[in-house]
Amino acid sequence: MSDRTLDPNRYLWRRLTNGFFLCAAIAVTALGLVILASILITLIGRGFAALSPQLFSQPTPPPGNDGGLSNAILGSVLMTMLATLIGTPVGVLAGTWLAEYGRGTLVAATVRFINDILLSAPSILIGLFIYQVVVVPLGHFSGWAGAIALAVILIPVVVRTTEDMLLLVPDRLREAAAALGAPYWRVIVSISYRSARTGILTGVLLGIARIAGETAPLLFTALNNQFQSLDLNGPMANLPVVIFQFAMSPYDDWQRLAWAGALLITVAILVFSVTARIVLRTRDQTR
Amino acid sequence: MVADPVVAAVDRIRTRRVHAGRIADRLFHGVTGGFALLVLSLLAAVLVSLAIGAAPAFRQAGFGFFISTAWDPVSNDFGALVPIFGTVVTAVIALVLAVPISFGIALFLTQLAPPWLSRPVSTAIELLAAVPSIIYGMWGLFVFAPFYAATVQPAAQSLLGDSPWVGALFQGPPLGIGMSTAGIILAIMIIPFITAIMRDVFMTVPPKLKESAYALGCTTWEVTTAVVLPYTRAGTAGGIMLGLGRALGETMAVTFVIGNAHDLSAALFMPGTTISSTIANEFTEAYGGTYSAALLALGLTLFLITVIVLALARLMLLRLERQSGGRRHV
Repeated sequence: MSDRTLDPNRYLWRRLTNGFFLCAAIAVTALGLVILASILITLIGRGFAALSPQLFSQPTPPPGNDGGLSNAILGSVLMTMLATLIGTPVGVLAGTWLAEYGRGTLVAATVRFINDILLSAPSILIGLFIYQVVVVPLGHFSGWAGAIALAVILIPVVVRTTEDMLLLVPDRLREAAAALGAPYWRVIVSISYRSARTGILTGVLLGIARIAGETAPLLFTALNNQFQSLDLNGPMANLPVVIFQFAMSPYDDWQRLAWAGALLITVAILVFSVTARIVLRTRDQTR
Repeated sequence: MVADPVVAAVDRIRTRRVHAGRIADRLFHGVTGGFALLVLSLLAAVLVSLAIGAAPAFRQAGFGFFISTAWDPVSNDFGALVPIFGTVVTAVIALVLAVPISFGIALFLTQLAPPWLSRPVSTAIELLAAVPSIIYGMWGLFVFAPFYAATVQPAAQSLLGDSPWVGALFQGPPLGIGMSTAGIILAIMIIPFITAIMRDVFMTVPPKLKESAYALGCTTWEVTTAVVLPYTRAGTAGGIMLGLGRALGETMAVTFVIGNAHDLSAALFMPGTTISSTIANEFTEAYGGTYSAALLALGLTLFLITVIVLALARLMLLRLERQSGGRRHV
């Protein structure tokens, strides 16, 4: 045994193994950053080249013609806003129940488990689901169906963050309010919500960032529309589906528009997620 | 007892307010509970709606749907084997590539990098996770595929194409798109997710444990394999499963680069198809009962596969959560 511990080769071997794997760790980190850089450079390079004012003023063109993305931008903004309006109250209230009423119960554990699965369920299945329950009964694709599909994807994100943020509110605050005679709903509204406000807002921002780029669920709900339209009962253009169709097309000008749309959407999403981060960080510092 | 009118009035108001508070309480409890149940029933609703939509396809093909390689809209003959095969193969390629890379990055972030470096790198990785999948698809099609076709594919073919066993994997024209490209793009997509979870669970290891190992003379690598990994086994496995769940269900990134061909082939350079890319490509064109029912049946298959994987992932993460005293991860 003693010659094993004194064997200099063994010690050298251990150091070499260590050095090899640590170098490998640094190398794969570098590889990850190179890929990130490549994606961003491509996106910025090709996207900026295609940016122009008419992007925002003209609807999507037939191949070979001039045009922009105004109908798609409008549709995306409209459906994302609607989805947020539908999904936020549902998510916040369900999260409230989990954090305030359901604590420690089996039902709450189940809801949390199902919600966590929904959080990472393939979005294309949500699209098929809304197709089955909204598009088929109504008989046509519509902006409403797209907005509802996006809302279903937003809800789990909001439920999760709302619950987490409400659980961070110290119970002493709730007890103090209850001792003053406030009914429990009042405690939740005036104490829990007020303390967790920024956190819940962050959840909504992260949810918006999540749904803004979703393509798969819109393919069979909102479909697409060549023309400017505010009619939520008809098919509605939206950036992700337009990007998909134009990028897969053989036409150069369509592909250019796709890159411009991709840049717009990525910038919007990064703005939302970076804002969420900053909001959270400033809140943590003021605490 | 003579009732003082003022006391009586105050009493009345108090009773009314307590009463109103109770009603409002019950209402609030009921409404929030109702929405919680709505969330609970969403998953079941997805399952039921897919099952109803898929029923005609199963009625026609029976269990044979899962083992048939047919995909013929003209004669209404559909089977799920080719898309299932593509889904599993691309997800496996993605995992094989993404797990070691994510592990390396998480190792770098938690054990090697100084704080001034690990923080921005962490943020960069998290931003990569926020980029929508369609961007990965476009990047894969316009940037990665040409590069892959020009450099990696010919090299792999000349190096391994004639070897007796693995050679069959590297056949096919070097188009740049196909099963292997889809796997690689999926790997790039899930690396940020797996890395973020691994980093978080690695940080739950108590410093005392690691320091004890260092004090015994362990190298960083030995501390990682002998202390950090065993301590975080459940969480690491949960993170990998979560990544697998994403890889199985990802649609847009795959649709761009897989080539969309209903062929069963061992060659990874050949175009193929996955469940999600088949649905994305064909669903809006699928008029006529059996065709869309077959696509919904594919959706149902994907639903069952991913829900099982995701449920296992969550159970593993839950185990780690209990072990580390109720802290939730991811």
